[in-house]
Amino acid sequence: MISGRAWVFGDHISSDAIVPARYLNQRNPRSWAGVVLADLRPEFAEQLGFGDFIVAGRNFGCGSSREQAPMAIKTAGVGAVIAHSFSRMFYRNAFNLGLPVFACPEAASLVHDGDRLRLDLFSGAIQDLDQESSFQAEAVDPYLAEMVSAGGLIKKVRKQITGH
Amino acid sequence: MSQPQTMSQKILSSRAGLPSVEPGAIVEAAVDMVLANDVSAPMMIRGFKEAGGERVFDPARVVLVADHFTPNKDVASALIVNEMSEFASSQRLEHRFEGGRSGVAHVLLAEQGLTLPGELIIGGDSRALTYGALGAFATGVGATDLAAALVTGRTWFKVPETIRVQLSGELGPWVGGMDIALALLNTLGPEGAHYQSLEFHGPLVEALSMEARQTISNLMVESGAKAALFPVDQATTDYLAGKAKRSWHSVAPDPEAAYSRTIELDVSGLEPLAARPHLPHDVAPAHSAGYEPVNQVFIGSCAAARLEDLRVAAKVLEGRTVHPRVRLMVIPATPALALAALREGLTETFVAAGGMVGPPSCGPCAGGHLGVLAPGEVAVATANRNYRGRMGHPGSRIYLAGPAVAAASAILGRLASPTEVVS
Ligand code: SF4
Repeated sequence: MISGRAWVFGDHISSDAIVPARYLNQRNPRSWAGVVLADLRPEFAEQLGFGDFIVAGRNFGCGSSREQAPMAIKTAGVGAVIAHSFSRMFYRNAFNLGLPVFACPEAASLVHDGDRLRLDLFSGAIQDLDQESSFQAEAVDPYLAEMVSAGGLIKKVRKQITGH
Repeated sequence: MSQPQTMSQKILSSRAGLPSVEPGAIVEAAVDMVLANDVSAPMMIRGFKEAGGERVFDPARVVLVADHFTPNKDVASALIVNEMSEFASSQRLEHRFEGGRSGVAHVLLAEQGLTLPGELIIGGDSRALTYGALGAFATGVGATDLAAALVTGRTWFKVPETIRVQLSGELGPWVGGMDIALALLNTLGPEGAHYQSLEFHGPLVEALSMEARQTISNLMVESGAKAALFPVDQATTDYLAGKAKRSWHSVAPDPEAAYSRTIELDVSGLEPLAARPHLPHDVAPAHSAGYEPVNQVFIGSCAAARLEDLRVAAKVLEGRTVHPRVRLMVIPATPALALAALREGLTETFVAAGGMVGPPSCGPCAGGHLGVLAPGEVAVATANRNYRGRMGHPGSRIYLAGPAVAAASAILGRLASPTEVVS
C-alpha cells in the first residue's frame, strides 16, 4: 500500500514532454529526474513528494521509445502512474524498469489535482481520501506484476543467470 | 490441429516454441536480431553489465549502428560512438556500422540482408517496424529490453491482435509509398492501431515495390502499431536474392485467421499528399495542404530515401533550380544508395539544381544534427514525424510528403504538387 498526492496531467503526454530530447545525451539518470515534465509543470520535479502519483489521461508516454521517460519518473520518486491508457512502448518500458503503472479510466477522469490517494500495488485498488471515493484499476498481467516485484527486468535476468 | 493464426501469431508462436498463441497472452520468445543505435546503445550496454552479462547471446545476431549523430556532431556523440565501438570489438560483433559504412539502420539492415522473412526482430528505436515489409515481426523496444535480450537471446511479448489492411486500386502518376502511408495514418488516427499488429492484404500489394512497402511499414508506428507485416511474395524473394545473410523460411497467415477488424484503402484517384504541422495524421492533397513559404526541404530519413525515392526526386529536379530561399538537403540513407545515386547521375542533378548532398545518416530528421530549423521556419520532409519541435526550434513547422512533392516544393518555394512543375 502506498500513498501520496495526485499530480494531474492531460491526454497524449509524450515522452518528449516527459524528458525533452535536449537532455538525452546526459548520462546520469538523476539529471533526467530533475527535469521530468518540467516543460508542462515547472514546479513538478521540485515539489514532488516521495511516493506521489502521476494521474493522466489517454495515451500517456506516446511518441518515441526513449526509456529515459519512465526512468526519469521512477528516479524522481513517483510511486505509480495512473492513466486512462498508456502508449505501448512506455507501458513496456515502465514494467521493465519496475515502475508501477495502472490503467484506470475512472480515476483518470475523477481524481482532482492535489487529492490524497492510497493505492494497493497488488490489487490495483485506488482510494481518493479527499473525495472519499474508490476505484479499481484494470488488472495487471501476473507476468508483469512479478517483474515489478522482482525490481524490473535487469534484476530478474541477473537473478536468473547469477542466482542473486 | 492448432488454432488458425495471423502472420504475427505464427512468428511469435514459432519463436516461443508453442503450437499457437492467443492475442493478449504474454509469451517469452527467442529473437533473431537485436538492433541498437547511438541513442539506445549506451543504456543498453549499461543494462547488459548490470544484469551480469559477459558475452552476448550470439555475436552474429546483434547489430550496432551509429546513425543519429554521425558524423559525430560533438564530444558527447563521439563518446557514445567510442563506447559502441569498444563494445562491438570486445564482444566480436559481426555486424557493426560506423563512419563511411554506416547509414540509417532501418534502410541499411534490410539492404544488407540482416532482417529476413518470418523473423522476430527487436530494435532500440521505434522505426524497427520497417522490417515488417519483408514479412518479419519487428518492433521497437527500450534499452532495458535490448540489454536483457543480449544476455538471454529472448524477450517477452504480449501477443497483439491483428488488423487486416486491404489495399486495392491502381497508383496514379507521382503517387507512391509515402502517399499510401499518409492516407493510412489519416484513416487510423493517432491511436488507431494501439497494441495491435497490421497485416497487409489485397490486390495492390503485389504491385508495390519493396521500397514502397518499407515506407508504409515504417510510418505505421505513428498510429501506435506494434508491427506492420507485408506478405512474403515473389518481390520479397527477388529482393533478398544474393543479400540474405541467413537462410530463411516464408510465413503466411492461415486463411481462417481472426482479425480484430479490417480497414480498406482503394488508391485509385489518390493524389500526392502531405501531412500538415504538427501531426502525421493531418493529411491533405499536397497542392492545397498549405501555402506558406518553405525554407528547407529534406529528402532523406528511414521513411523515404531509398533508390526509387531518389530517382523520383531527381526526375522532378532534372534541369530545374531550387528556389533561392530554400535549402534543399538530400541524404541518401546508406553508402550503397549514395554510390548508386552517384553512378546514376542523381547526385549531379541534386547539386546542379542547388541542393546539398549529405553523408548517409539520419540527418535533420530528429532535429539533432545537420540542418536544424530556426523559429518560424517551414520545412517539407520525406520523413515520418512532424510533431512540434521535431527538427529544431519548437516554433518551426514541418510538412511530411513523398519525394515528388518534396522536390516540387523545393523548386517553387512552397508546398507543391509535382504536376505544378512537371507536365
Ligand atoms: S531517419 Fe529519423 S525516424 Fe529514421 S531512425 Fe533516423 S531519426 Fe529515427
